[in-house]
Amino acid sequence: MKYVEEYRNNDLVAELATELHRLVDRPIRIMEVCGTHTVSIFSHGLRALFPKNLELISGPGCPVCVTPINHINDFQTIAGLNGVSIAVFGDLIRVPGTTDSLSSMSAKGRDIRVVYSPADVLHLAKQHPQRVWMLPAVGFETTAPAIAAVVLEASRLNINNFTIYPANKTVPAALDALFGNNTIKLDGLLCPGHVSTIIGLEPYRSLAHKHGIACAVAGFEPTDIFHALISLATMIHKRETKVQNCYTRAVTDSGNERARQLIEEVFTPEDSRWRGFGVIPGSGLMLKDKFAHFNALHRFTFTQNKDQDPASCRCGEVLKGVLQPRQCPIFGKSCTPSSPIGPCMVSSEGTCAAHYRYGSVEINL
Amino acid sequence: MTKIITLDHGSGGQASDDLIKNLFLKYLTHPELKQLNDSAVLEQVSGKLAFSTDSYVVDPIFFPGGDIGELAVNGTINDLSMMGARPLYLSLGLIIEEGLDLDDLEKIIYSIGRASEITGVPIVTGDTKVVPKGKGDKIFINTSGIGVIDSGIDIGPHRIKEGDKIILSGTMADHGVTILTKRAEIDFSGSLTSDTTALHNITSLLLDHFPGDIHAMRDPTRGGVANVLNELAENTELNMEIKESNIPIRAEVKAACELLGLDPLYLANEGKCLIFVSATVADETLKLLRNLPEGKMAAIIGHTDTQHPGKVILNTNAGGRRLVNRLIGAPLPRIC
Repeated sequence: MKYVEEYRNNDLVAELATELHRLVDRPIRIMEVCGTHTVSIFSHGLRALFPKNLELISGPGCPVCVTPINHINDFQTIAGLNGVSIAVFGDLIRVPGTTDSLSSMSAKGRDIRVVYSPADVLHLAKQHPQRVWMLPAVGFETTAPAIAAVVLEASRLNINNFTIYPANKTVPAALDALFGNNTIKLDGLLCPGHVSTIIGLEPYRSLAHKHGIACAVAGFEPTDIFHALISLATMIHKRETKVQNCYTRAVTDSGNERARQLIEEVFTPEDSRWRGFGVIPGSGLMLKDKFAHFNALHRFTFTQNKDQDPASCRCGEVLKGVLQPRQCPIFGKSCTPSSPIGPCMVSSEGTCAAHYRYGSVEINL
Repeated sequence: MTKIITLDHGSGGQASDDLIKNLFLKYLTHPELKQLNDSAVLEQVSGKLAFSTDSYVVDPIFFPGGDIGELAVNGTINDLSMMGARPLYLSLGLIIEEGLDLDDLEKIIYSIGRASEITGVPIVTGDTKVVPKGKGDKIFINTSGIGVIDSGIDIGPHRIKEGDKIILSGTMADHGVTILTKRAEIDFSGSLTSDTTALHNITSLLLDHFPGDIHAMRDPTRGGVANVLNELAENTELNMEIKESNIPIRAEVKAACELLGLDPLYLANEGKCLIFVSATVADETLKLLRNLPEGKMAAIIGHTDTQHPGKVILNTNAGGRRLVNRLIGAPLPRIC
């Protein structure tokens, strides 16, 4: 496939891997922030090519995983209301709440649809005007502009059976919180490519400066990932704490201004609860007052659920990078992708699911 | 007004009778079926019998490259063929939801008749039931099939050996990605089509030429290539080494999978088989396959080994290596 295969070129990857081996001359720890990176590294079998001294830790960049259980429970409470249909992004449907998942509610007859784009929800709302549609608005800066655009469209068309549950989050605030708790020691950050197309490089500069860490924005193909790792290893070697853009074919220094304007037009920052982190100030996106009628929290009468993770679940620690999936006592035992206890085992971008699925850690390939 | 199926059509009365005579027998013409007896009475055959059944509930019922009727004929023929049997007869059971458009039913029955004619495997007995609206989903089809295994043919997982080559008879994931994108109403400009095809010509040709060297065959339907290989790895206590760059896949299928975050190794095929063959005749087998229209994209995708018993290992395009586990849950598109 044009413009994809080139970035998976065997010879090029081998050359880059040799260079990375040369540069990593002592143990270094790098966090890949984004779940798509986690999966890409596993699915291309890249771990088999990394130097032994390079420890990669997965970060909080899976939007489904960081959605706290009280929100998951709220989605289900709303799904149980009469006349309400839920349209949901694929991964979210199987995330267990305290007693149910949206998937099990669907099996019991509730109207829950998987959609691929927020625009699909508006389409469903127009097609089925007798029902009220609710989109759990989960996702980072990559998803938020599309949701904002749909809210604006719903407002323009005066569609009043469309709602969202505002649960979008922003990445830089979480990264800042990650270093704030002092439990994790990292040498570098492999920064998320998709999110960076929107936010640009500036947010990482303040992070790099404040926490003394090397940052490299990476694309998702094997050569992209090696490119960024080489850049990080070089900076770490020279003890530099700069921000390098290794995904220039998609990310610009200033990001996507138009997309950020959309977010700003519809949402306002507010404190948001993250699984594993608790409340991170200013890390969530709330609908502005003039769009409050699209807010499911205003539209429906229900008692909001409390945040209480299952006792045995340690997804919070996994998301902060302080626990590797296989160190979790329930990993692969009571918690598996077919009966997940925590979200990291559900989402296709979840760290635990990736470790379970590709499992190259368990045998020496 | 469009004519639709009503509960009367399943009552066994006049409407049922009309449906059978005017529609079913118009396209399904085997003399044994025309008798409309309670069971088909078939000639004696010599050899072991293979007997298989499968139900088809695909949604949508019409999709690019085929429909539920053609799928139901080819699918059961393929199940018989994978055991080395020559498919002889099929039964056809229909469960129709009240309200199905009669024109749609006719298209499906026509398609069943055509697939049966092309493959030379007749429908010899059948049954139709109608369920009230909401108790089914348009139409469900069951086909069962009987085939005969010629003497001297013995294939199955028990015959797979270390060093066997693994051949895939064509491109992977065509059916799965077509159905998933169609269901999600994602339009990929009409380039994706199902691969529904009967494979009995492939299997009989290979068994005629290399009866002792074809060790096992499987059609990677639900769960795709990954699931079949895992199942066989576990059964044989061998590992399956496959090479990503050797696995045939159409560019548009690959693109759709990239876009939706789906792994084509796990997507269904409806006209492909995995063949385990002695390394000594693998190249000749491939040559034979490529001469058939349904095998022209065939490729050797890997081999069996003993290093990591029970595992399936993918050598990626990028030069990496990873495990390929069984499919867990339904393939879901990613969020971002």
